[in-house]
Amino acid sequence: MLRDITLGQYYPADSVIHRLDPRVKLFCTMIYIISLFCFRGVAALGAATVFLIAVIRLSHVPFRFMIKGLRAILILMLITGLFNLFLTPGEPIVTFWVFKITAEGIANAAIMVIRLTYLILGTSIMTLTTTPNQLTDGLEKSLMPLSRIGVPVHVVAMMMSIALRFIPILIEETDKIMKAQMARGADFESGNLFKKVKNMIPLLVPLFVSAFRRADDLAMAMEARCYHGGEGRTKMKPLRYEGRDRLAYLLILLYFALILLCRKFLRWPQ
Amino acid sequence: MRGSMGIIKAVQLVHEYIRRDEEGNVESISTALDHVSLDVEPGEFIAILGHNGSGKSTLAKHINALLMPGEGTLWVDGRDTSEEENIFPVRQTAGMVFQNPDNQIIASVVEEDVGFGPENIGVPTDEIWQRVEESLKAVGMLKYRHHSPNKLSGGQKQRVAIAGVVAMQPKCIVLDEPTAMLDPNGRADVIRTAHELNRKKGVTIILITHYMEEVVDADRVFVMDQGKIVMQGTPREIFSQVGKLKEYRLDVPQVTILADLLRQSGVNVPVGVLRREELVDAILKAAQIA
Amino acid sequence: MERTGTDEMSIILDKVNYIYSADTAYQIQALKDVSLELKDGQFIGIIGHTGSGKSTLIQHLNGLMKATSGAIYFHGQDIYDEDFDLRELRNRVGLVFQYPEHQLFETTIFDDVCFGPKNQGLSKEEAGLRAFEALRSVGMPEELYYQSPFDLSGGQKRRVAIAGVLAMKPEVLILDEPTAGLDPAGRDEILDLIARMHKERGMTVVLVSHSMEDVAKYVERIIVMNQGQVMFDDAPREVFRHYKELEAVGLAAPQVTYLMHELREHGLLVDTDATTVEEARASLLEALTGLDAQHRDIHV
Repeated sequence: MLRDITLGQYYPADSVIHRLDPRVKLFCTMIYIISLFCFRGVAALGAATVFLIAVIRLSHVPFRFMIKGLRAILILMLITGLFNLFLTPGEPIVTFWVFKITAEGIANAAIMVIRLTYLILGTSIMTLTTTPNQLTDGLEKSLMPLSRIGVPVHVVAMMMSIALRFIPILIEETDKIMKAQMARGADFESGNLFKKVKNMIPLLVPLFVSAFRRADDLAMAMEARCYHGGEGRTKMKPLRYEGRDRLAYLLILLYFALILLCRKFLRWPQ
Repeated sequence: MRGSMGIIKAVQLVHEYIRRDEEGNVESISTALDHVSLDVEPGEFIAILGHNGSGKSTLAKHINALLMPGEGTLWVDGRDTSEEENIFPVRQTAGMVFQNPDNQIIASVVEEDVGFGPENIGVPTDEIWQRVEESLKAVGMLKYRHHSPNKLSGGQKQRVAIAGVVAMQPKCIVLDEPTAMLDPNGRADVIRTAHELNRKKGVTIILITHYMEEVVDADRVFVMDQGKIVMQGTPREIFSQVGKLKEYRLDVPQVTILADLLRQSGVNVPVGVLRREELVDAILKAAQIA
Repeated sequence: MERTGTDEMSIILDKVNYIYSADTAYQIQALKDVSLELKDGQFIGIIGHTGSGKSTLIQHLNGLMKATSGAIYFHGQDIYDEDFDLRELRNRVGLVFQYPEHQLFETTIFDDVCFGPKNQGLSKEEAGLRAFEALRSVGMPEELYYQSPFDLSGGQKRRVAIAGVLAMKPEVLILDEPTAGLDPAGRDEILDLIARMHKERGMTVVLVSHSMEDVAKYVERIIVMNQGQVMFDDAPREVFRHYKELEAVGLAAPQVTYLMHELREHGLLVDTDATTVEEARASLLEALTGLDAQHRDIHV
């Protein structure tokens, strides 16, 4: 079921994290990512871990959904890990053939793998607890000041949310057309690059035709529901900061300060 | 002016699709609406029947001010649709549900989609929530409010689309072949929903379809062919003319045809049978007499 | 299951299972132990509501989807054998998808219909010949052959798309909801066309639909799918005898089936197996005219 692959992979639940303002979540995710790349020492690692686990617990998203994102970058993690393991100069512990593993290598590899894991988990929490529309809303509102200098923020945000809705549909459509052409003997695999591109025509033409037809229908449906741009529009889910959002800002800043403090004073082990 | 006429009144409405070549010269003209006149009373349930290309969808788009009359006039709740300043009030008065359920849902979450229309017309936030909840309840989709439309069935999506229109509190809803892409279950759900809105909320319904069994419970039926209204009357009046309906490439329900055939063979059954129960009763009565 | 080598001309499915998104939260078993034999030359209807597994099933028949477990034999050969040529299978089992007009892509109708035959490795001339033949058999007027397929009406587009598969001269023709979205006249045109193909070319035809009334008129065998399983597999009148069970799973028998059963319940001796209007009429007239005699029998 290709429709299940949604870009946002939103997991519906009713948790504090779900209810946070998307701007808060965007900001916190950003800070958390930065913190992952500047922490030093076990204490900071501990802080990052505790923070992550706490947020995961608060979000009510089952852990197996979190690790789904990890599977996709398993190879990347493996390569980064191996590179760090073998290519970090230092005192060798084990040596065989041209490879040597150093204590620093082990530490580096572990840190890299942990960083990547936390990075994916951290961003997954955001995408799992925020609908794509909330996310675009968050971006729209954060970037609204730009509209004063002529950037069409509302239009871009609307386009983004429509794209988010239609990408899964178009992916499914691609699959359907591909199968239909395969049933007529089309071959999408063999041949050189030029031939492959040419072979894509029976897929791409119908896909474009369909995308345009959908766009046309959708434009009409939006007009029929009185859409006329951002002017005079109200919001069903307006972004308003509440107590929990301010608290979240405070917590992430405290967390970040802690990481920075650890970096300065608690760097053990180097 | 308002109040003196029905909620929808068309007088000699004409719409032409003009095809031009690359230089802008007229290549061909096809008349989609050919002097159509009709008058719909508030609270009525109207069905418009016709095969593909009979002009029924063009008429629907006029009622929503998505198209402008070439000739003639169309008033929606007393407002002339050809006047620029009436466009948004007209669209708010006469909501529209389209054929393809996928291509009319804008948001990635059901409730946000239902809120889209009210957002556009500037309804305050608290009221949007209220309307969204009421509308989803009215179409029986409240428990799906947090779902992604992609995971709903066709019939469910179509009901979400109806909720999206209901949330704008229109006096009239035009459904343009809302069931053409649905399976039998979805079709029944959508038609039932339309009747409920009509009955409980007094919304005027204009149902455009090519399935005759869907119009059985309508107050009045119009049949369109080649841009013209060629038949109009109660379902019974319409269904009694089996031969004519077939001429207009419409699909007469099995019981209606059967009743017609039996009558031709001399069995005493009434004209224009709509429902199975009617025919059962009629046949049993005929059997008693025999 | 040693079936290889038999001369039986048919497609056999042996305990076919298919699971979507295996090992995820969205795991769905779309087919459950489906065992069927589709005999050569049959006209078969597959009925089921949305999500019953019927579309998944037909995509297995030409190897577009691979069963999670179970086996499929085409003319006795296991299609999952390593040396079995799946492209050859697709040449012989033509599949017309739902809304097939959405796959049209060429600049002219004629070129589009040539696409299949060309992929089969036929020469330009041969492919052209096939295209002519196919377009004529779907009743496309010749003056339209070199027009863009995108300018046609919905019903015409669909006929062109069907011609695109017919031009490949398949032995088996499978159509997924070929009448979806068409008006009654368009629907009848397509169904009559398919029936003619079956009759004239002796093709095996598998018609997937959710409309019992459409199917009852044409097919000799109905396979009812429900929740990924074969629920009934029999001649139409046999299947419609289970009209109450069909209704329980969201499928309806033809209106006349209900009518005849209700009349029978009220004591009128009519043929409850009638599924078409004509059959019903004949049986009703017989029951009503011969009534005097029957009437006494029943009501004594």
